[in-house]
Amino acid sequence: MTAKKVAVLKGGGSLERTVSLRSGARAQAALHRLGHEVIPIDVGPELLAQLHETRPDAAFVAMHGRDGEDGTVQGLLETIGVPYTGSGPAACMRCTDKALAKYLMCEAGIPTPDFTSFKETAVKELGVAAALGDIEHLLGFPMVVKPASQGSALGVKFARSSEELPGAIVGALSYDRKVVIERYVPGRDLAVSVLDSIDESPPAPSAVALPVVEAIPREEDFYNYESRYEIGMTTFVCPAELPEETTARAQQLALEVYRLLGCHGVARVDLMLDERSDELFVLETNVVPGLTETSLLPLAADAAGIDFDELIERILASAFTR
Amino acid sequence: MKVRYLPVMRGQDDRRRGRPAAHELARYEALFAARTRGMKSSAMREMMALTERPDVISLAGGLPDTSTFAPELYAKLMARVAAESTARALQYGPTEGMAATVSCIVEVMASEDTLVDPSDVIVTTGGQQVIDLVCKALIDPGDVIVAEAPTYPGAVPTFSAYQADVEQIEMDADGMPIDALESTLDRLQAQGRRPKFIYTIPNFHNPAGVTMSLARRHRLVEVARERELLILEDNPYGLLRYEGEALPTLYSLDAAAAGRGGASDLVIYLGTFSKILSPGVRLGWAVAPRPVLEKLNLGKQGADLCSSPVTQMFVAAYFQERDANGQATWLQYVERLRDLYRTRRDAMLEALKEHLGGRASWTQPQGGLFVWATLEGGTDTTDLLARCEGVAFVPGRAAYVDGRSGSSSMRLNFAGVPDTDIREGIRRIGRTMGGDTGLLGTLTGRPIAAASATAAPAESDPASQTDERAPLADVVALPRRESQQPARRQRDL
Repeated sequence: MTAKKVAVLKGGGSLERTVSLRSGARAQAALHRLGHEVIPIDVGPELLAQLHETRPDAAFVAMHGRDGEDGTVQGLLETIGVPYTGSGPAACMRCTDKALAKYLMCEAGIPTPDFTSFKETAVKELGVAAALGDIEHLLGFPMVVKPASQGSALGVKFARSSEELPGAIVGALSYDRKVVIERYVPGRDLAVSVLDSIDESPPAPSAVALPVVEAIPREEDFYNYESRYEIGMTTFVCPAELPEETTARAQQLALEVYRLLGCHGVARVDLMLDERSDELFVLETNVVPGLTETSLLPLAADAAGIDFDELIERILASAFTR
Repeated sequence: MKVRYLPVMRGQDDRRRGRPAAHELARYEALFAARTRGMKSSAMREMMALTERPDVISLAGGLPDTSTFAPELYAKLMARVAAESTARALQYGPTEGMAATVSCIVEVMASEDTLVDPSDVIVTTGGQQVIDLVCKALIDPGDVIVAEAPTYPGAVPTFSAYQADVEQIEMDADGMPIDALESTLDRLQAQGRRPKFIYTIPNFHNPAGVTMSLARRHRLVEVARERELLILEDNPYGLLRYEGEALPTLYSLDAAAAGRGGASDLVIYLGTFSKILSPGVRLGWAVAPRPVLEKLNLGKQGADLCSSPVTQMFVAAYFQERDANGQATWLQYVERLRDLYRTRRDAMLEALKEHLGGRASWTQPQGGLFVWATLEGGTDTTDLLARCEGVAFVPGRAAYVDGRSGSSSMRLNFAGVPDTDIREGIRRIGRTMGGDTGLLGTLTGRPIAAASATAAPAESDPASQTDERAPLADVVALPRRESQQPARRQRDL
């Protein structure tokens, strides 16, 4: 690729700000090594002014969570005509809203754990309390209660009984106006990253699934759901030690979800391998996967023989293949 | 000496600069000490980082108000250090600290009626370093530390890094109940385990805001002497008392009990200039029994050789300052801080009564920087922080080693921001809680009256709180089941 002027969008005001700053810093370093001109932007009220002023050839989106992953920034970049990396606004919205993604997966026949979802208004104005019994009946305990649009572990609750469910719902609603309540699938945590191959012929670059990563919690603590996502509490294995057909199936599912949700450039699909039935379930899709030293995407790319700089170059290329 | 920079990190196929992650990561992973597994970055701390914005009223920090220190005085003292002692200030100093600084420490402790021998003192880089050095000297992986519940959030990562097994003892309004301590010690003894030390903050506890009663202080020292246990007495706020009689330090009580000319033989005392002068000078100290002191000194040599002579000399110069009447400037400054913080504490307690009355209980600190508030109905304060707009506090979980207990509590700092911000901050917390409690009431099928913003402020004395706690707890657990029972049966058919 010829040298480009690239604005790296990082930070912002989401709960994943710190991780995003680290992702952004690593992307900047790689872009610099690749010979591009880098404009680092810690996203704030000056974002649009900065973009107008600097007129970059492309924006490298390294923002996780709110604004960066939910289509907000992508929509604005479309509006001002700055090409950007990764998925477009609609795909971002489909992935970031876990409820929408799960409904779409259900319609397409892609396995995802049974669930229900509602907004805070349903609690306030529609008397959702009267349906809690139905939810129990449908999903059984334990349940995982999550904010519909959060990427981090914050707000993810484990409800083991009817007594715990209301508190878990209110807790999750602190992070988002919508909540997803999901059947808990005990088993192995898997992640499959999907990357568009460098294909100079837009608009349809072909996507490939990278090797499967397994996240193994260091201390098996069934109820401490949150700690499973904390740095240092989990060991990552890539490629995951799985039967060949399970690996193939996980990669196949990831590609199907990637296409179904309309992702572009890169995404990471998280799955559970049910320990009882050996079935795979898709949990969610992240459109701006982390790029830090401990993130899963660089790990998977590395296992596929794609070093970090090449990974960044390929993500950057996605800005020009839309 | 030749230094080779981490040759082991380089991959053999390191063709490109910055060849990254995965397999190098595996190399790093293999290099990390087992203790780093206990060092975790938590999602809660990420969220705390997010609240460091100008539009957020922060009741979260442990900050004193350094804006009250006169800039002219700061300039004058620094100029004096520069003019009179350039070479010494810019040089290394002794590990145990400079004599002039140690005499300031002796003076501070004397003002708390605690007499110490200057040779029992070691100057440290903040009080925090004392916690680290004490652990370094005493803790092997798996060793037991007994601490209060909640405990100082800043001690938690240190204890974890040394892989200590921390037993926390729940406090009440009079601090750590010593009978509970004794049962814990008995239980440990039955397991053949003996704590290496008891960690306590007797005055205006961080984060709990409570003060250990005189009777408990005496009893704690007795227990320590009976069982030959060390105590780490963390006393950063002792001089910041806004009401009531000053209580003797554990160090002075043990010294009296030891009866050997003034030195305690079981208490390691931790002090700091952070709260009476400035955290920016990074100066604290320990007073310890001689054999322990020697180990602390060796540990400090390995950590940083010595604390900054520049700031040590600044402190020494500051302590020499006198006003026209011969009054010590440092004492006058502490007096001004007391007046300022007393007003702010009162503003916070009033605001709590107005905005959280009947929905929370909180401690009534006689000094220090913190109020510890506990919400009724099991609301998780980490979630509350996420929902609160424009105000920050420390969720209670940070003060528990397991990272889970204390989830309904929060630490509120009243010293760092002006009265108006305190009132507005508490009002914002109350408003957000109202929304949460309302939701919970709706979900559990019974509206919670206290959730209404117009509810009459309840008295916050402990008795009335206990009365209110019971029915609220029931609301969370019980009513919905009744209304759902028929529906479930139908489905089961």
